[in-house]
Amino acid sequence: MKNKTLDIIGKKNLYFALSLIVVAPGLIALLLFGLNLSIDFTGGSRLTISFPQKVEKTTSEKIKNTLTKENLKVSTVETSGNSLLIRTSPMDQKQNIKFVNTLSKEFKGAKETQFETIGPTIGKETTINAIKAVILASILIIIYITWSFRKVPKPASSLRFGVSAIIALIHDVLVVLGIFAILGHFFGVEVDSLFVTALLTVIGFSVHDTIVVFDRIRENLRRSSGSFSQIVNDSILQTLDRSLNTSLTVLLVLFALLLFGGESIRWFVVALLIGVASGTYSSIFNAAPILVVWQEWSEKRKKITK
Amino acid sequence: MRGNSRFLFWLIILLTLLSVFINLPNLQKISLGPVKNLDIDPSSVLRTFRIGKNLEFRRGLDLEGGTSITFKADMSDVPKDQMPDALNSAKTVIERRINLFGVSEPVIQTAAVNGDSRIIVELPGVTDVNQAINLIGTTAQLSFWEQGASESARQASPSAYPLGIVEVLGQNAKKTDLSGGDLQRSSVTFDQNTGNPQVQLVFSGKGAEKFADITKRNVNKIVAIVLDNQVIEAPRVNQAILTGNAVITGGFVLAQAKLLSTELNAGALPVPFSVLEQRVIGPTLGIESLKKSLLAGVIGFLIIVIFMSILYGRLGIVASLALVVYALLVLSIFKISNLTPYGITLTLSGIAGFILSIGMAVDANILIFERIKEEKRLGKRQEESIEIGFSRAWPSIRDSNISTLITSAILYEFGTGVVKGFALVLAIGVLVSMFSAIVVTRTFLRFFYEK
Repeated sequence: MKNKTLDIIGKKNLYFALSLIVVAPGLIALLLFGLNLSIDFTGGSRLTISFPQKVEKTTSEKIKNTLTKENLKVSTVETSGNSLLIRTSPMDQKQNIKFVNTLSKEFKGAKETQFETIGPTIGKETTINAIKAVILASILIIIYITWSFRKVPKPASSLRFGVSAIIALIHDVLVVLGIFAILGHFFGVEVDSLFVTALLTVIGFSVHDTIVVFDRIRENLRRSSGSFSQIVNDSILQTLDRSLNTSLTVLLVLFALLLFGGESIRWFVVALLIGVASGTYSSIFNAAPILVVWQEWSEKRKKITK
Repeated sequence: MRGNSRFLFWLIILLTLLSVFINLPNLQKISLGPVKNLDIDPSSVLRTFRIGKNLEFRRGLDLEGGTSITFKADMSDVPKDQMPDALNSAKTVIERRINLFGVSEPVIQTAAVNGDSRIIVELPGVTDVNQAINLIGTTAQLSFWEQGASESARQASPSAYPLGIVEVLGQNAKKTDLSGGDLQRSSVTFDQNTGNPQVQLVFSGKGAEKFADITKRNVNKIVAIVLDNQVIEAPRVNQAILTGNAVITGGFVLAQAKLLSTELNAGALPVPFSVLEQRVIGPTLGIESLKKSLLAGVIGFLIIVIFMSILYGRLGIVASLALVVYALLVLSIFKISNLTPYGITLTLSGIAGFILSIGMAVDANILIFERIKEEKRLGKRQEESIEIGFSRAWPSIRDSNISTLITSAILYEFGTGVVKGFALVLAIGVLVSMFSAIVVTRTFLRFFYEK
């Protein structure tokens, strides 16, 4: 094997530390600022207004005033080229008709191209469903891995494989959430229901990736007789080419989506990019080393009790 | 080459050709070299079998443009056991109104979430949400009409008359004071003598009085029942009815009777609706999104093909071929699904799910090829390495894909709209990708290497 000299398990603490360095700032941001939730979660209205010419500052001010007069709370007004993106508290149908009438009177050629209203109840539901889905998916995946690895030879235990996979998964979720908390606070990036989809995809990918490494460990445990940490290290190296090639392919496709996929899925793709990169890292440098740490820890404990 | 894999090879080729045919665009009168005025239309086969549907991708509102409205029914006045009925009645009314509006392929669904009763309406191509809400949101109007005594009794100009009223009651039709508010409920019963289904009407106290008066006046005459400005039934009054109970007999089959009863209940149970959510996506925005994601998909696909060919040489080219088969099969499933009640609607997130599943299909191939490389390094022959590579890679492909399927199942269960579409496409993609990586790639490799 070409990478025989590479010792990943030996430097596991270094890799754990690296994870911590990435996760910690995001986690702090998450606790301090939280996520910048879109109206998908909070309820509210989102309008896009297109103008025949570039939007001037006075225009957006005027529109903001019109909306405030209607007792609507305007949270953001963004200009991008010829259009104006506005977010407000929930706007009902009558208010919208009135607004559109005022709009066409005051600004020639201005058109409302998009109008969405999401009631607060729907927003709450989306949040609850998302959390439910993440928890349930994690539990079922632990169960599946524990079952699928049940024949793994002693001293390893199949439950450990399941739990380690989930720890790696939580790592990836935290990386994505943390980075989006930072992006949300400093750059106003919003988290919407597509983001939930991205997060769940990251979960799927993370476990997918971890299982490939674990599968190799399972296979090698049956055949070779070296120490547990040696076997884990070998398994990581044997699957390294595959891990990197797969991630690279997926990342390249995601880059294509990012460059050409258009505005509406941009942050969705960014979330996936971060998650896939993190997922690859965590299955190599977190999930498998955790197995070793756990193994050594339980061996130590056995010695003490003896 | 074993007979089994030769059979598989031709089966895959056949499947691929079929998919190519299914995915052909619908083109009319094109010229291909010497062939002039050629019509390409995959749906023509369906017409031969008298299936009244077309092979088409069903596009979601985010790609097509249109309006989506979620209504919440206010059920506070409705007894709990009648809620599902009330919701279905309301759905029927909304369906009829939308049909009057002339929207093609509307989607109307009912949903019960956390004790809320909801109706979700999707109107492709409609961008005036206010008009749509006005049309849908008004409660159903039930009225009863009788023959006017004479020409002078005419109340309104014929243009204000409900559709079909003149045909049953003549020019002098007159609206009575009995309306939907007077109807307590309506249900389907069966004639005790003949066993035929009939629709029973029960009026409230005041309604019963009004109805008694009307029937007294109109013995042996026709009274028309009008719902939302349209005559739905014109029974002949046989005798005066004083009890507030009436039956509409008259040659129903059970389904018709049920429908009429539902419609009458809709008039009788005007459940107030409020708008929970509304989205309008402009048609240009939708088409732009579609174009961009298609372009991104094609570029992503090319990247994979180039990347695989560089990494794995001939193996990579074979895998790319399998990937083409994969993409064709998935797209065919999308199209064919729309012939069944479980049609798949393509949305932006669905396209993302599809592209992601391509990534997973590639992963399976990479897993296998890395295994083949390893076996070859151990000194095994090419064919032997291929076989071992496949069987060794299988457990990890299986386990990793099953965990993705678990995730998509949960997403489908808990997700709404966007998330559901993504989950469904991802699940289909993963299943087909397993087939393409294991069966298609292996069969191709056997075919090319063992000849």
